Amino acid sequence: MTGIHLDDSVMTTRLDAVVNWARKNSLWPLPFGTACCAIEFMSMMASRYDFSRFGAEALRFSPRQSDMLLVLGTITNKQAPILRQVYSQMAEPKWVLAVGVCASSGGMYRTYSTLQGIDRVVPVDVYVPGCPPRPESMIYGAMKLQEKITQETLKGRREHIERFYASMARQEALQEARGLSNHQVVREMVLAAGENGDQRIW
Amino acid sequence: MVTERIDEILPGAVLDRHAFRGDQTIVVGRDRFLEVIDLVYREGFQLLLDVTAVDGGQRDPRFDVVYHLLNLASQERLRIKMRVGEGEAVPSLVSRFKSADWAERETMDMFGIPFEGHPDPRRLLMWEDFPGHPLRKDFPLDGGDVFCSQDIGASYSPDARSLNV
Repeated sequence: MTGIHLDDSVMTTRLDAVVNWARKNSLWPLPFGTACCAIEFMSMMASRYDFSRFGAEALRFSPRQSDMLLVLGTITNKQAPILRQVYSQMAEPKWVLAVGVCASSGGMYRTYSTLQGIDRVVPVDVYVPGCPPRPESMIYGAMKLQEKITQETLKGRREHIERFYASMARQEALQEARGLSNHQVVREMVLAAGENGDQRIW
Repeated sequence: MVTERIDEILPGAVLDRHAFRGDQTIVVGRDRFLEVIDLVYREGFQLLLDVTAVDGGQRDPRFDVVYHLLNLASQERLRIKMRVGEGEAVPSLVSRFKSADWAERETMDMFGIPFEGHPDPRRLLMWEDFPGHPLRKDFPLDGGDVFCSQDIGASYSPDARSLNV
């Protein structure tokens, strides 16, 4: 064969594998901190635990180029539409970590005011238990998320995200039709889903 | 003591009273309430710490609106309770005490007690079209969430109605 010998400067792989490898090692976090878990997160980002080792160097309080939404603390029903908006504004690919029992399930707050788990309004990838979880737990949760990312497919991601945006469209249509505030629309969607035996609206 | 002064100047205004370790409470009717407030203001109770309410449930009249006042000069504290029925309007104190603004809005939001003459009568904590008033005894504790009411009581009160209907 004439031409260039490429020798070992070329590797063959699957597209999914190489894309996921890049994604899992540059998880830029967007902290949505509302309570004590956010204080633990500060510790996780600081020198002792140094979450930047995992490629999470760019920490911004903006959905601009973030990949990983960290929901740190109690999310109330009043905040649910805001959380949905923040999640919908993040660019694809995006993953969600529910940190602590409040974000994961409402925790000890079984009341009218607390959302009983953020997975009712946004898709969650990893739940980190604890009240508040130690920084090690959060880092372990992020490592679990990295494991999950390696097994994803591009097609699966697209279906996953289309489902969420369909629920956003449903929310806007309902708001248009009923003339309610976005808080009340999300609350009623959650309650209606509960009546149908479903825990989530997306 | 301020309660004796109120009796001297406004006889019959105080319907009921009790005091425990300097914690003075008087119960007044809605008709004499503003007179009593103006008097204790002149007596030096010029800091309104809190406005809240108590839902008596089946009691008639249903609510106690509770005012906590502090006399900064003498460090005396006074609690004024006013009995009001459901839907009965209460005179707003915002013109007298600036601190009444948010406290009255919270009471309005949580108990559904209207305050007459309030400059900004919006809800404070819940959103504008939130159904019901959360601190009423007949409000379901979990806000009508089916996944909560399966294993805890729906409310503090047996006659609570669900918001799901």
